[in-house]
Amino acid sequence: MSNPNKKRLRRTMMFLNCQKPGLIKDPYIYKPDSIMLDLEDAVAEKEKDAARYSLFHALREIDYRGVERVVRINGLDSPYWREDIRCAVAGGCDSIRIPKTESAQDVHVVEEAVIAAEKEFGREEGSVLIMAALESARGIMKALDICEASDRLFGIALSGGDYTKDLQTHITGTGIELMGARQNMVIAARAAGVQCFDTVYTDLDDMDGFRKDVEAIHLMGFDGKSIINPRQIEIVHDIYTPKQKDIIFAEKVVKEIDDKKAKGIGVFTVDGKMIDIAFYDGAKRTIELAKASGVYEGDL
Amino acid sequence: MKITKNAVAGTLESSDAMVTVEPNAEGAGIEFNLDSVVINQFGNSIRRTVMDTLKRLDVQDVKISIVDKGALDCTLKARVEGALFRGAEQTENLPWGGAIR
Repeated sequence: MSNPNKKRLRRTMMFLNCQKPGLIKDPYIYKPDSIMLDLEDAVAEKEKDAARYSLFHALREIDYRGVERVVRINGLDSPYWREDIRCAVAGGCDSIRIPKTESAQDVHVVEEAVIAAEKEFGREEGSVLIMAALESARGIMKALDICEASDRLFGIALSGGDYTKDLQTHITGTGIELMGARQNMVIAARAAGVQCFDTVYTDLDDMDGFRKDVEAIHLMGFDGKSIINPRQIEIVHDIYTPKQKDIIFAEKVVKEIDDKKAKGIGVFTVDGKMIDIAFYDGAKRTIELAKASGVYEGDL
Repeated sequence: MKITKNAVAGTLESSDAMVTVEPNAEGAGIEFNLDSVVINQFGNSIRRTVMDTLKRLDVQDVKISIVDKGALDCTLKARVEGALFRGAEQTENLPWGGAIR
Protein backbone atom coordinates (compact mmCIF):
# COMPACT_ATOMS: atom_id res chain seq x y z
CA MET A 1 0.00 0.00 0.00
CA SER A 2 1.38 3.40 -0.89
CA ASN A 3 -0.84 6.41 -0.49
CA PRO A 4 0.45 9.32 -2.64
CA ASN A 5 -0.74 11.78 0.00
CA LYS A 6 1.63 10.43 2.61
CA LYS A 7 4.34 12.94 1.71
CA ARG A 8 2.15 15.88 0.73
CA LEU A 9 2.99 19.44 1.76
CA ARG A 10 1.87 20.10 5.34
CA ARG A 11 3.29 23.42 6.51
CA THR A 12 0.14 24.42 8.38
CA MET A 13 -2.45 22.25 10.12
CA MET A 14 -5.29 24.43 11.47
CA PHE A 15 -7.35 23.22 14.44
CA LEU A 16 -11.13 23.57 14.06
CA ASN A 17 -13.75 22.65 16.61
CA CYS A 18 -16.37 20.30 15.14
CA GLN A 19 -18.82 21.54 17.76
CA LYS A 20 -18.97 24.89 15.91
CA PRO A 21 -20.58 24.70 12.45
CA GLY A 22 -19.53 28.27 11.72
CA LEU A 23 -15.88 27.29 12.03
CA ILE A 24 -15.88 24.21 9.83
CA LYS A 25 -18.01 25.50 6.96
CA ASP A 26 -15.37 27.44 5.02
CA PRO A 27 -11.81 27.31 6.46
CA TYR A 28 -10.40 26.62 2.99
CA ILE A 29 -10.64 30.35 2.22
CA TYR A 30 -7.55 30.87 4.40
CA LYS A 31 -5.60 28.25 2.42
CA PRO A 32 -3.98 26.18 5.16
CA ASP A 33 -2.36 23.00 3.86
CA SER A 34 -4.41 20.86 6.25
CA ILE A 35 -7.29 21.33 8.65
CA MET A 36 -7.65 19.37 11.84
CA LEU A 37 -11.31 18.73 12.53
CA ASP A 38 -11.36 18.21 16.27
CA LEU A 39 -13.64 15.77 18.05
CA GLU A 40 -11.43 15.68 21.14
CA ASP A 41 -10.44 18.42 23.58
CA ALA A 42 -12.29 21.31 21.93
CA VAL A 43 -15.61 19.46 22.08
CA ALA A 44 -17.53 19.50 25.37
CA GLU A 45 -18.21 16.08 26.86
CA LYS A 46 -21.98 16.33 26.37
CA GLU A 47 -21.56 17.42 22.72
CA LYS A 48 -19.35 14.55 21.53
CA ASP A 49 -22.24 12.94 19.64
CA ALA A 50 -23.47 16.18 18.06
CA ALA A 51 -19.97 17.08 16.85
CA ARG A 52 -19.85 13.83 14.87
CA TYR A 53 -23.00 14.64 12.85
CA SER A 54 -21.55 18.05 11.99
CA LEU A 55 -18.26 16.44 11.01
CA PHE A 56 -19.90 13.79 8.85
CA HIS A 57 -22.04 16.18 6.83
CA ALA A 58 -19.26 18.75 6.51
CA LEU A 59 -16.93 16.08 5.12
CA ARG A 60 -19.63 14.85 2.75
CA GLU A 61 -21.00 18.15 1.52
CA ILE A 62 -18.37 20.88 1.79
CA ASP A 63 -15.76 21.18 -0.93
CA TYR A 64 -12.57 21.93 1.00
CA ARG A 65 -10.77 22.63 -2.28
CA GLY A 66 -7.78 20.37 -1.86
CA VAL A 67 -7.12 21.19 1.81
CA GLU A 68 -6.29 17.97 3.64
CA ARG A 69 -8.99 16.95 6.15
CA VAL A 70 -7.51 15.37 9.25
CA VAL A 71 -9.87 14.29 12.04
CA ARG A 72 -8.64 14.24 15.63
CA ILE A 73 -10.47 11.43 17.36
CA ASN A 74 -10.98 11.10 21.10
CA GLY A 75 -8.39 9.28 23.17
CA LEU A 76 -8.14 5.51 23.30
CA ASP A 77 -8.97 5.77 27.00
CA SER A 78 -12.39 7.27 26.15
CA PRO A 79 -15.62 5.54 25.06
CA TYR A 80 -15.80 7.65 21.88
CA TRP A 81 -12.88 6.85 19.61
CA ARG A 82 -14.29 3.83 17.73
CA GLU A 83 -17.45 5.67 16.68
CA ASP A 84 -15.30 8.72 15.85
CA ILE A 85 -13.34 6.58 13.38
CA ARG A 86 -16.49 5.09 11.81
CA CYS A 87 -17.95 8.58 11.37
CA ALA A 88 -14.76 10.13 9.97
CA VAL A 89 -13.99 7.31 7.54
CA ALA A 90 -17.62 7.10 6.35
CA GLY A 91 -17.59 10.88 5.84
CA GLY A 92 -14.50 10.65 3.64
CA CYS A 93 -11.72 12.11 5.79
CA ASP A 94 -8.15 11.98 4.51
CA SER A 95 -6.47 11.15 7.82
CA ILE A 96 -7.03 10.27 11.45
CA ARG A 97 -4.99 11.91 14.22
CA ILE A 98 -4.47 9.78 17.32
CA PRO A 99 -4.18 11.85 20.50
CA LYS A 100 -1.99 10.94 23.47
CA THR A 101 -0.07 8.25 21.57
CA GLU A 102 2.33 6.39 23.83
CA SER A 103 3.23 3.20 21.96
CA ALA A 104 3.27 1.38 18.64
CA GLN A 105 0.36 -0.64 20.02
CA ASP A 106 -1.79 2.51 20.14
CA VAL A 107 -1.16 2.97 16.41
CA HIS A 108 -1.92 -0.70 15.69
CA VAL A 109 -5.25 -0.54 17.54
CA VAL A 110 -6.35 2.53 15.60
CA GLU A 111 -5.12 1.08 12.32
CA GLU A 112 -7.26 -2.02 12.84
CA ALA A 113 -10.34 0.13 13.44
CA VAL A 114 -9.54 2.22 10.36
CA ILE A 115 -9.18 -0.91 8.20
CA ALA A 116 -12.52 -2.19 9.49
CA ALA A 117 -14.15 1.18 8.73
CA GLU A 118 -12.66 1.29 5.23
CA LYS A 119 -14.22 -2.12 4.57
CA GLU A 120 -17.56 -1.23 6.18
CA PHE A 121 -17.95 1.98 4.20
CA GLY A 122 -16.52 0.79 0.89
CA ARG A 123 -13.39 2.89 0.89
CA GLU A 124 -10.20 1.71 -0.78
CA GLU A 125 -7.85 -0.03 1.64
CA GLY A 126 -5.07 2.35 2.63
CA SER A 127 -6.95 5.47 1.56
CA VAL A 128 -7.10 6.80 5.14
CA LEU A 129 -3.77 7.85 6.60
CA ILE A 130 -2.86 8.12 10.28
CA MET A 131 -0.82 10.58 12.30
CA ALA A 132 0.10 10.38 15.96
CA ALA A 133 0.21 13.16 18.54
CA LEU A 134 2.81 12.73 21.27
CA GLU A 135 1.68 14.40 24.46
CA SER A 136 3.68 12.77 27.27
CA ALA A 137 7.22 11.96 28.32
CA ARG A 138 6.52 8.29 27.55
CA GLY A 139 5.24 9.16 24.07
CA ILE A 140 8.36 11.19 23.31
CA MET A 141 10.61 8.36 24.50
CA LYS A 142 8.72 5.94 22.24
CA ALA A 143 8.78 8.27 19.22
CA LEU A 144 10.74 5.98 16.91
CA ASP A 145 8.57 2.94 17.69
CA ILE A 146 5.48 5.03 16.99
CA CYS A 147 6.91 6.40 13.73
CA GLU A 148 7.64 2.86 12.51
CA ALA A 149 4.36 1.31 13.70
CA SER A 150 2.44 1.53 10.43
CA ASP A 151 2.92 2.18 6.75
CA ARG A 152 -0.15 4.42 6.98
CA LEU A 153 1.44 6.74 9.51
CA PHE A 154 2.51 9.94 7.72
CA GLY A 155 3.83 11.81 10.72
CA ILE A 156 3.96 12.69 14.38
CA ALA A 157 2.99 15.92 16.11
CA LEU A 158 4.00 17.43 19.41
CA SER A 159 1.27 18.51 21.79
CA GLY A 160 3.15 20.98 23.95
CA GLY A 161 0.53 21.77 26.58
CA ASP A 162 -0.02 18.22 27.76
CA TYR A 163 3.65 17.32 27.33
CA THR A 164 4.91 20.16 29.53
CA LYS A 165 2.28 19.31 32.13
CA ASP A 166 3.60 15.75 32.18
CA LEU A 167 7.14 17.12 32.46
CA GLN A 168 6.01 19.20 35.46
CA THR A 169 6.82 22.49 33.76
CA HIS A 170 4.83 24.85 31.52
CA ILE A 171 4.95 26.70 28.21
CA THR A 172 7.26 29.68 28.64
CA GLY A 173 7.37 31.11 25.12
CA THR A 174 11.14 30.57 25.00
CA GLY A 175 10.97 26.98 23.76
CA ILE A 176 13.44 25.79 26.41
CA GLU A 177 10.91 23.41 27.96
CA LEU A 178 10.24 21.84 24.52
CA MET A 179 13.82 21.49 23.31
CA GLY A 180 14.35 17.83 24.18
CA ALA A 181 10.99 16.67 22.84
CA ARG A 182 11.32 18.62 19.62
CA GLN A 183 14.82 17.32 18.91
CA ASN A 184 13.91 13.73 19.75
CA MET A 185 10.82 13.82 17.58
CA VAL A 186 12.53 15.26 14.50
CA ILE A 187 15.32 12.71 14.75
CA ALA A 188 12.84 9.83 15.16
CA ALA A 189 10.67 11.06 12.29
CA ARG A 190 13.62 11.45 9.95
CA ALA A 191 14.99 8.03 10.93
CA ALA A 192 11.62 6.49 10.06
CA GLY A 193 11.04 8.60 6.94
CA VAL A 194 7.86 10.30 8.17
CA GLN A 195 6.92 13.92 8.78
CA CYS A 196 7.12 15.88 12.01
CA PHE A 197 4.88 18.75 13.18
CA ASP A 198 5.31 21.22 15.96
CA THR A 199 2.85 22.19 18.66
CA VAL A 200 0.51 25.21 18.61
CA TYR A 201 1.55 28.72 19.67
CA THR A 202 -1.33 30.02 21.73
CA ASP A 203 -0.48 33.71 22.29
CA LEU A 204 -2.25 35.37 19.37
CA ASP A 205 -1.20 38.83 20.57
CA ASP A 206 2.48 37.99 20.16
CA MET A 207 3.01 37.54 16.44
CA ASP A 208 6.74 38.37 16.74
CA GLY A 209 7.10 35.54 19.24
CA PHE A 210 5.17 33.28 16.89
CA ARG A 211 7.49 34.11 13.99
CA LYS A 212 10.57 33.36 16.09
CA ASP A 213 9.02 30.08 17.19
CA VAL A 214 8.32 29.04 13.58
CA GLU A 215 11.81 30.08 12.47
CA ALA A 216 13.27 27.88 15.19
CA ILE A 217 11.26 24.77 14.36
CA HIS A 218 11.91 25.31 10.64
CA LEU A 219 15.65 25.27 11.32
CA MET A 220 15.25 22.19 13.50
CA GLY A 221 13.78 20.27 10.58
CA PHE A 222 10.05 20.20 11.32
CA ASP A 223 7.75 19.86 8.30
CA GLY A 224 5.16 22.25 9.66
CA LYS A 225 3.23 23.59 12.60
CA SER A 226 -0.17 23.12 14.18
CA ILE A 227 -2.00 26.45 14.23
CA ILE A 228 -5.09 27.81 15.94
CA ASN A 229 -5.89 30.95 13.96
CA PRO A 230 -5.87 31.93 10.26
CA ARG A 231 -3.62 34.90 11.13
CA GLN A 232 -0.79 32.43 11.73
CA ILE A 233 -0.92 30.85 8.26
CA GLU A 234 0.87 33.50 6.24
CA ILE A 235 3.85 33.64 8.62
CA VAL A 236 4.38 29.87 8.53
CA HIS A 237 4.04 29.67 4.77
CA ASP A 238 6.42 32.59 4.32
CA ILE A 239 9.09 30.94 6.45
CA TYR A 240 8.61 27.53 4.82
CA THR A 241 8.57 28.73 1.22
CA PRO A 242 12.07 28.59 -0.31
CA LYS A 243 13.42 32.00 -1.30
CA GLN A 244 14.29 32.64 -4.96
CA LYS A 245 18.04 32.76 -4.28
CA ASP A 246 17.85 29.36 -2.57
CA ILE A 247 15.81 27.91 -5.44
CA ILE A 248 18.27 29.22 -8.05
CA PHE A 249 21.21 27.82 -6.10
CA ALA A 250 19.47 24.44 -5.62
CA GLU A 251 18.75 24.28 -9.34
CA LYS A 252 22.43 24.90 -10.13
CA VAL A 253 23.50 22.25 -7.63
CA VAL A 254 21.17 19.59 -9.07
CA LYS A 255 22.11 20.35 -12.66
CA GLU A 256 25.85 20.56 -11.94
CA ILE A 257 25.88 17.31 -9.95
CA ASP A 258 24.00 15.51 -12.75
CA ASP A 259 26.40 16.96 -15.32
CA LYS A 260 29.63 16.35 -13.35
CA LYS A 261 28.56 12.84 -12.39
CA ALA A 262 28.31 11.94 -16.07
CA LYS A 263 31.85 13.29 -16.53
CA GLY A 264 33.20 11.37 -13.54
CA ILE A 265 33.83 14.47 -11.41
CA GLY A 266 32.88 14.15 -7.73
CA VAL A 267 33.78 17.49 -6.15
CA PHE A 268 33.48 20.95 -7.72
CA THR A 269 32.29 24.48 -6.88
CA VAL A 270 29.01 26.29 -7.51
CA ASP A 271 29.01 30.05 -6.87
CA GLY A 272 32.25 29.64 -4.97
CA LYS A 273 30.96 26.91 -2.65
CA MET A 274 32.33 23.39 -2.54
CA ILE A 275 29.68 20.92 -3.73
CA ASP A 276 29.59 17.12 -3.81
CA ILE A 277 26.92 14.40 -3.90
CA ALA A 278 26.02 15.04 -0.25
CA PHE A 279 24.29 18.27 -1.34
CA TYR A 280 22.08 16.54 -3.92
CA ASP A 281 19.14 15.43 -1.75
CA GLY A 282 18.92 18.76 0.05
CA ALA A 283 18.87 20.65 -3.25
CA LYS A 284 16.21 18.32 -4.63
CA ARG A 285 14.13 18.88 -1.50
CA THR A 286 14.32 22.65 -1.98
CA ILE A 287 13.08 22.27 -5.57
CA GLU A 288 10.25 19.93 -4.50
CA LEU A 289 9.20 22.30 -1.71
CA ALA A 290 9.28 25.23 -4.14
CA LYS A 291 7.09 23.26 -6.55
CA ALA A 292 4.66 22.28 -3.81
CA SER A 293 4.54 25.88 -2.60
CA GLY A 294 3.75 27.08 -6.12
CA VAL A 295 6.84 29.28 -6.51
CA TYR A 296 8.97 27.15 -8.86
CA GLU A 297 9.22 28.26 -12.46
CA GLY A 298 12.18 26.19 -13.60
CA ASP A 299 12.37 23.02 -15.65
CA LEU A 300 13.56 20.40 -13.17
CA MET B 1 -36.89 5.21 14.70
CA LYS B 2 -39.00 5.85 17.79
CA ILE B 3 -38.49 9.08 19.73
CA THR B 4 -38.80 8.15 23.38
CA LYS B 5 -37.72 11.32 25.18
CA ASN B 6 -37.33 15.06 24.72
CA ALA B 7 -33.99 16.07 23.23
CA VAL B 8 -32.19 19.14 21.93
CA ALA B 9 -29.21 19.63 19.62
CA GLY B 10 -27.49 22.75 18.34
CA THR B 11 -27.14 26.33 19.49
CA LEU B 12 -28.47 29.80 18.74
CA GLU B 13 -25.12 30.96 17.37
CA SER B 14 -24.84 32.35 13.87
CA SER B 15 -24.63 29.63 11.16
CA ASP B 16 -26.20 27.11 13.53
CA ALA B 17 -29.70 25.88 14.39
CA MET B 18 -31.30 24.64 17.58
CA VAL B 19 -33.49 21.60 17.08
CA THR B 20 -35.88 20.30 19.74
CA VAL B 21 -37.73 17.00 19.45
CA GLU B 22 -40.48 15.54 21.61
CA PRO B 23 -42.24 12.19 21.41
CA ASN B 24 -45.63 12.35 19.74
CA ALA B 25 -48.48 9.88 20.27
CA GLU B 26 -48.43 6.86 17.97
CA GLY B 27 -50.23 7.73 14.74
CA ALA B 28 -50.16 11.46 15.53
CA GLY B 29 -47.58 12.07 12.80
CA ILE B 30 -45.12 14.95 12.51
CA GLU B 31 -45.70 18.36 14.08
CA PHE B 32 -43.26 20.86 12.60
CA ASN B 33 -42.44 24.34 13.82
CA LEU B 34 -39.89 26.67 12.26
CA ASP B 35 -38.44 29.99 13.36
CA SER B 36 -35.74 31.23 11.00
CA VAL B 37 -33.92 34.48 10.27
CA VAL B 38 -34.23 33.57 6.59
CA ILE B 39 -37.72 32.06 6.61
CA ASN B 40 -38.90 34.10 3.62
CA GLN B 41 -35.97 33.03 1.44
CA PHE B 42 -35.31 29.50 2.66
CA GLY B 43 -38.32 28.39 4.70
CA ASN B 44 -39.47 25.82 2.13
CA SER B 45 -35.95 24.50 1.64
CA ILE B 46 -35.43 24.11 5.41
CA ARG B 47 -38.76 22.31 5.74
CA ARG B 48 -37.82 19.97 2.88
CA THR B 49 -34.45 19.14 4.47
CA VAL B 50 -36.08 18.39 7.83
CA MET B 51 -38.79 16.22 6.29
CA ASP B 52 -36.26 14.33 4.15
CA THR B 53 -34.15 13.65 7.24
CA LEU B 54 -37.19 12.40 9.20
CA LYS B 55 -38.10 10.13 6.29
CA ARG B 56 -34.56 8.72 5.96
CA LEU B 57 -34.52 7.91 9.67
CA ASP B 58 -38.05 6.49 9.49
CA VAL B 59 -39.43 8.79 12.16
CA GLN B 60 -43.23 8.61 12.05
CA ASP B 61 -44.40 10.45 15.14
CA VAL B 62 -42.56 13.46 16.53
CA LYS B 63 -42.91 17.10 17.50
CA ILE B 64 -39.97 18.96 16.04
CA SER B 65 -39.07 22.62 16.48
CA ILE B 66 -36.31 24.43 14.66
CA VAL B 67 -34.81 27.81 15.52
CA ASP B 68 -32.56 28.52 12.57
CA LYS B 69 -29.77 31.10 12.64
CA GLY B 70 -28.67 30.77 9.04
CA ALA B 71 -27.41 27.17 9.16
CA LEU B 72 -26.13 25.56 6.00
CA ASP B 73 -28.07 22.54 4.79
CA CYS B 74 -25.36 20.20 6.12
CA THR B 75 -25.54 21.81 9.57
CA LEU B 76 -29.32 21.60 9.64
CA LYS B 77 -29.23 17.89 8.83
CA ALA B 78 -26.57 17.36 11.51
CA ARG B 79 -28.64 19.12 14.16
CA VAL B 80 -31.86 17.31 13.25
CA GLU B 81 -30.07 13.95 13.37
CA GLY B 82 -28.37 14.92 16.62
CA ALA B 83 -31.68 15.68 18.30
CA LEU B 84 -33.41 12.59 16.87
CA PHE B 85 -30.70 10.10 17.87
CA ARG B 86 -30.59 11.67 21.33
CA GLY B 87 -34.38 11.36 21.47
CA ALA B 88 -34.08 7.71 20.48
CA GLU B 89 -31.17 7.19 22.91
CA GLN B 90 -28.81 5.76 20.29
CA THR B 91 -25.17 6.91 20.36
CA GLU B 92 -23.19 4.02 18.84
CA ASN B 93 -23.21 1.89 15.68
CA LEU B 94 -24.85 4.74 13.85
CA PRO B 95 -25.82 4.25 10.20
CA TRP B 96 -23.17 6.57 8.71
CA GLY B 97 -23.57 6.68 4.94
CA GLY B 98 -26.86 4.78 5.25
CA ALA B 99 -29.80 6.53 6.88
CA ILE B 100 -27.31 9.27 7.82
CA ARG B 101 -26.25 10.74 4.51
